[in-house]
Amino acid sequence: MTPSTLTASRLMQLDDYAPIIGVQEVDDLRALAGRLAGRTVQMVNSTAVGGGVAEILNRVIPLMQELGLVPRWDVITGGNDFFEITKAFHNALHGGPYESRPHDFETFLAYSEQNRRRFPFDSEFTVIHDPQPLALIDARPPGKNHWLWRCHIDLSHPNLRVWDFLRPFVCRYDGALFSSPSFSRQLPIPQYLFFPCIDPLSDKNRELEPCQVEEVAQRFGIDTDRPVLTQISRFDRLKDPVGVIHAYQIVKRYADCQLVLAGGSATDDPEGAEVLVEVRKAAANDPDVHIIDLPPWSAIEINALQRASTIVIQKSLREGFGLTVAEALWKKKAVVASAVGGIPAQVIHKHTGMLAHSVEGTAYQIRFLLSHPSLAQRLGEQGHDHVLEHFLITSNVRRYLALFLHHDSHGRS
Amino acid sequence: MKRADRPFEFFTASYITRIDNQRAQTLGELRNGLEHCSDASIFYHTFQSLGRYHFLTEGFSNDLAQWVLASLNRPRLAEQLGALDIRGYVDLGRLRHDLISTVEEFLHLHPKAAEVEAFEPFYFCSSAEVLVPLGWEAWTLAEFRHYLERIGHAAFHFHFLVSRLRLQLQSNDFSVWFKDGLGLDRLARLTERIDITTDTIDGAKARLLKLVDRELAA
Repeated sequence: MTPSTLTASRLMQLDDYAPIIGVQEVDDLRALAGRLAGRTVQMVNSTAVGGGVAEILNRVIPLMQELGLVPRWDVITGGNDFFEITKAFHNALHGGPYESRPHDFETFLAYSEQNRRRFPFDSEFTVIHDPQPLALIDARPPGKNHWLWRCHIDLSHPNLRVWDFLRPFVCRYDGALFSSPSFSRQLPIPQYLFFPCIDPLSDKNRELEPCQVEEVAQRFGIDTDRPVLTQISRFDRLKDPVGVIHAYQIVKRYADCQLVLAGGSATDDPEGAEVLVEVRKAAANDPDVHIIDLPPWSAIEINALQRASTIVIQKSLREGFGLTVAEALWKKKAVVASAVGGIPAQVIHKHTGMLAHSVEGTAYQIRFLLSHPSLAQRLGEQGHDHVLEHFLITSNVRRYLALFLHHDSHGRS
Repeated sequence: MKRADRPFEFFTASYITRIDNQRAQTLGELRNGLEHCSDASIFYHTFQSLGRYHFLTEGFSNDLAQWVLASLNRPRLAEQLGALDIRGYVDLGRLRHDLISTVEEFLHLHPKAAEVEAFEPFYFCSSAEVLVPLGWEAWTLAEFRHYLERIGHAAFHFHFLVSRLRLQLQSNDFSVWFKDGLGLDRLARLTERIDITTDTIDGAKARLLKLVDRELAA
């Protein structure tokens, strides 16, 4: 381990997951990992704390270690100018505008060169996460190593100026991993479907006592004796919170229900604050609409609000993977969600939830589920099984192991 | 208790999903895609989808039927595609042929449907199999039962369903070993009758355990 190698903040043992995933799945993981015992793995990303990638790596690294692999996790560094550029790249790759400034690309490459010198790159399997460290492929040594690029963002409509700059780096990897087929690009290297995941033992997802759920509901003035519709998301126009209110207002004509809109980013994000004003205006002082601005350390509150819900909504206009859907399904909740981004992978229409394409469609599906509680329950249970099979941290580890074994047996592309 | 000449060796299979550079936005494109996609893609969207969504027992049989229903809103064609029983296929070429014929027959009756855009495209994917022995060998039926109870979904799916393609037989690894290894022809036949397409993997496994228990008690 080098000083720059991070250790996980909390060590969860593989056996802790056995009551959830079954001992058979743990046996399978051990059998797969047995083939990779002592093999070295390097994960590289751009942040040690905060954000979904760091959260996943914090769990994946100790599990790989326990399974006998030798993983390390390195975090690249850079000045404010570097991270301003990579933020601009990130937005541009998501399809946003890109205002190029002189030397952006040169600065990006200069910091990549610095980071190249900071770490050894001698692992047998190297996984580079997202565009920030992408150019580290220049550090690839000759020999039988495997380099994979894990892209967590939606590349379906990238700004071509930025993509054309980054694409040659991507093409030098042995494979690219995307969260949804719709996020992928036409590339000459193998592309793999690689779902992100949730941790069933984290505060956001672990079982809660009914009294804990009730306490949180009471704290926010929610009446759990009446149906509760909930959307958990940032106050962001792309999450369409105003559309959710309009759908609720249609449903309210037919059913005595409440709406919870809970999320963060309102205090430090000027646009979030603006959206919050719009949301409050659309709610028109309806006492059954609960608008909750949560601080970032609200994992238990989010968990309880999801568990207190009758139906969880995710009416996004655009979405990354939308792991809040997996969180709700894990809690056996009926979900009504937009068919965008990674949501259709989680909500299999009429099997693990309902997909909708408009305010009216969302309202209709909610009304339908409220009047067919046994169907809502079945969707929730099947949704839970779907998450158990595909979107847990243990499935993520299994996918990595299988990928490493596959690349190991097929050589470098 | 009879000891087999060769043991039953349990494997677990993991699949990694490849996103192929091929997609369909209409039924016409789906038909063309089915003609040109790889065998691995046909496998992924039929045999594999049954394994991936084994916990769904009602109205779900494969990715193609689900897309036709959810994204194209064509329930009749979805039913027809879903009704193709993959247990009847021992090679993917025949399955591909029947999938294409089913879509073509529908398009013949509804030619305008060929150009209607779906809500979401269909992305052709394929899977690569990674096989690992679990290190468990059964020489007798009692040993087999012990390990059968311990195997996970992936191992059961591999031995019970995927084996049909490998064996090129309308059978499965378990039945072949019961018959050839232990001479238990009746148990082999009864095992072949287990309908995994209308049950979960857990349900199918429970049925097999019951059959084995009955044989052990006889």
